[in-house]
This record gives sequence, structure tokens and C-alpha cells, in this order.
Amino acid sequence: MKRFAGWTLASPATLVIIAFLVLPVLATFWTTLTTPGGPLEPYLAFFGSGFRRTVLWRTIQVSLATTAIALVVGFLTAYVISRAPRWLKSILIIAAVFPLLTGVVVRSFAWLIILGRNGILNNFLISIGVTDEPFAMLYTQGAVITAMVYLFVPLMILTLAGVLESIPDDLIQASASLGATPAATFRQVILPLSVPGLIVGAVLVFTGSFTSYATPQLLGGESVMMMGTLMYQQAMVTFDWVSASTIAMVMVVITIAIVLAMTRLARRLNPMAV
Amino acid sequence: MTRSVHPALIALAVLVFIFLVGPLVIVVGAALSDTSYLTFPPQGLSLRWFENIFEIAAFRRTIVTSLQIAFISTGIALLIGIPAAYAMNRYRVQLPGWLSTLFVLPVLVPELVLGFSLLKSVAVQFTIPIYISLVIGHTLLVLPYVVRVISASLAGFDFSVEEAAVSLGSPPLKTFFTILLPNVRSGVIAAFILAFITSINDVSISIFMTGPGISTLPIQILAHTEQFFDPTVASVSVLLMVLTVAVMAIVERTLGLTFLAK
Repeated sequence: MKRFAGWTLASPATLVIIAFLVLPVLATFWTTLTTPGGPLEPYLAFFGSGFRRTVLWRTIQVSLATTAIALVVGFLTAYVISRAPRWLKSILIIAAVFPLLTGVVVRSFAWLIILGRNGILNNFLISIGVTDEPFAMLYTQGAVITAMVYLFVPLMILTLAGVLESIPDDLIQASASLGATPAATFRQVILPLSVPGLIVGAVLVFTGSFTSYATPQLLGGESVMMMGTLMYQQAMVTFDWVSASTIAMVMVVITIAIVLAMTRLARRLNPMAV
Repeated sequence: MTRSVHPALIALAVLVFIFLVGPLVIVVGAALSDTSYLTFPPQGLSLRWFENIFEIAAFRRTIVTSLQIAFISTGIALLIGIPAAYAMNRYRVQLPGWLSTLFVLPVLVPELVLGFSLLKSVAVQFTIPIYISLVIGHTLLVLPYVVRVISASLAGFDFSVEEAAVSLGSPPLKTFFTILLPNVRSGVIAAFILAFITSINDVSISIFMTGPGISTLPIQILAHTEQFFDPTVASVSVLLMVLTVAVMAIVERTLGLTFLAK
């Protein structure tokens, strides 16, 4: 009876997910297995193409760079927030949440105004005499990374602020009273205890940048093609659905592999769990 | 008792917050500029680019579509997500473990892949209208938020209160509306807000679901930026930010009022 009640209540959402997520994604996978050339052919074609390998490699590079910068910047900022007085803390958290709730398109667009040929940064550099000719900053890997760091730092700050908040004050006081300098306390107490949060943040940022579309589209264009923009182009411009499905599956496999690997790593490195 | 933070760290945090807020200030400035190109600081103040939004039919149309899709898909997600979250908390022992994994899947599968798969295997295969496909895609997009937030607020709910009501003769539906729902009210509001904002801002699913005369606002913004470099998009962005602020304020107020009532 209870089992029946549970199923009845959970079934509408379960059916929606199976019908509109599980089956369609499996169908996309199926598409790559049933080409005339055999099940491996689309994947061999993907990894055999120098252009596609470059796109995949560039996507990994951009995502790694974004993750690394966001980790350092986000962690140090979250640390300052966690040590701030209460009234300031809530203001800083709101200042981090607001950009997060503002859409990806709006936030990427802001960088279009800043980095454009006649953009704010170029105008500024010309006015202070650094250069006579505007730099071509848009449609470069640097532009995409900058905008992605901007996109993901708030997420990192919020993830880590929660973790740092949960570190008991006693531990930090104990470390200080045993003679550790603030720097040693930071390195030997706070940093190890933040590792699980750092891993969660890194996974969120890496998978987010790896599968992004709007930012590389707006700030990278054709010259900084990434997996997301390549997949869209194959699906909606050249209508090569086998190729698009293959890119989709490479994205799914890498995303899930990273999530699983990092979750295991987080469990092993969690000092609280020992 | 305040522990000292190294001045260099404080300086860095200040820079980070300038980096976070600065670009949004620039967008607001650019939207108010009287020039026909994007510039900051604004040259001459004018609201004409805000008027221009509503003079472009595509913007008028997509604003309406985005609001409709956000309301409908959030509504459906709440309708199916609340019972699911309830079932997974109340009947955890009776339900198989893979069910909770299933509800995490929409987060694991990249949105672009979901959007493309929906287009290929649902919209095109079964010739389902674009509008309906958008509703389906956005419902899937926001469902995990709903289930997660409602589950979190149910975690603190004492189910014996509900059993007491039932054993005193309250019918199930009445128990749901008079006992359970008021107790998770702030969770429902938070889920609604999160879901609504996520749907309004979505690009990765909606980009595959455009058709003759149908598109959502973020997709229209992308299309407009590719052709024009005028402050119209900055103005639309400001409208979206105002919506975000309004939504945050509503949460403050609604949740604040409940707290006052307690």
C-alpha cells in the first residue's frame, strides 16, 4: 500500500524524465551506432579529424584555465567573506548572487561592450597612450576565458563560502593557540578542510565551461570554436545529425567521467570522513 | 573577536567584487546612452533604446513567449516535482534507489545535448510543435531545482504531524493542502523563483527550439547582437536585471512576512 502510494506520487515526474530525457538521449547515442559505416565509424571520424581534435583540445584547455583561475580567485574571496563581519557578509553574498541570477547572455554581452574594437578597454588604453591602434581582443581564447571566469566565479564563491563557514572556529583557535602563524593555519587547517568544497566547485565550473554555448558563440565566434558551438553548427547549420550526435556523446561521456572521478576523489580526500 | 585578514587578501576581494559588479554597471550605462552605438560612460542620457525594444516586433513577441514558457514549465515542474519530492522523502524505504539517481540525471546530461536530443527525437520525429517542445525542454530544465529545493524543505518536516491529521479523520488531499503545503511554503516559493529565473535565462535548450515566429528572449538577444551593435540589447539586459531584482525583493518580502507571522 505504501509502496503503491509512493509510486503513484513519483510516477508523473519519473515518466517525464524517462520519456523526454532518457529515451531521447539514448536515441542520440543510437544514431551514432547505426550508421552505414558501423558503430565505431562516427567516433573514428571525430577523432580522425584534425579540426575536431583541435576543438576538443581547445575546449579542454579553456575549461581547465577557467577552472584554475576561478578556484584561486573564488577561494581567496570566499575566505575573506567568511572572515568579514556579519552585516558585510550578507551584502557580499548578495553581490555574488545577483550576477549568478542574471542570465548568461546578459553577462557575456557585457564583455562584448568591454572588449570590442571600440570597446571600453581599447578606448581606455588609447586614451592613456598605451597603444595607438586598438587591440583585437574579441574572438580570442583570452576573451572567452575572461568571460567564463566572470561567469563562474560567483558560483565558486557561493560553493566555498558555505564550506568555509562550516569549519568550526575552535579548530582555527586551537591551531593558533598551538603556535601556528595565520599562514600556517591557512595552509594546514583551512585548506585541507576545504578540499571537498574545492572539488565540488571545480566540477561545477569545468563541466559548465566544457558544455557552454552562449559565451563561446558571442565572444569566440568562428575563430574560437568550442565543443558546444561546433555541435550547434553541425546540428543546425550543416544539418549533419550523425556528427552532432557524436559530439553530443563525447560531451556526455567526458562530463559523466569527470563527475564520477572527482566524486570518488572528494570522498577519499575528505579529512572529516576519516 | 575578529581575526585579522591579510590586507593583500582584502585588496584582492575588493578587486574581485569590482570585477563582478563592474560589467553590469557598464551594461546599465550603455543602455542609457543617447548614442546609436554601444559606449560607456554614456554620452547624453536617454530612454530611447528602451522604447526601441518595444518597437521591434521580434523583441515584443519573444518577451511574451519567454514569460509564458517560464510560467507554464515552472507550473508543470511544481505540479509533478512536489509529489515526487514528497514520495522520495516519505516513502524512501519503499522506493528503489535508482529513482533518486534518475532525478539527478537532468543535471548530469549537458543542456545542449538535452536540447538537441529533444529536437531530434521528439520534436522532429513526432512533429510536435516548437512551442510544446519548448515547454517540455524547460520543464526538464527546472525539474531538478524543484525536486532538490522541495526535498530540502521536506527534510525538516515531521511526518508524524501529517499522520496525526490523517488518524483524526482528515482526507488525504485536505491534509496535503492544510498540513503539508503550509509547512513547505518557503521551499515552494524558493523553488518557483529559481525555476522561473532559470527558464527565463536559458539558452542551451531554447537554441534548438526556434521556428517560424517562435523564439525566446535570450535567443533573440543573441540574434540581434550578431547583426546590430546598438544599445537595444543593453536595454533589454537592464530589463532582465530589473526583473531579477524584483524577484529577489519578492522573495525577501514573502519569506519575510511569513517569518513575521510566526
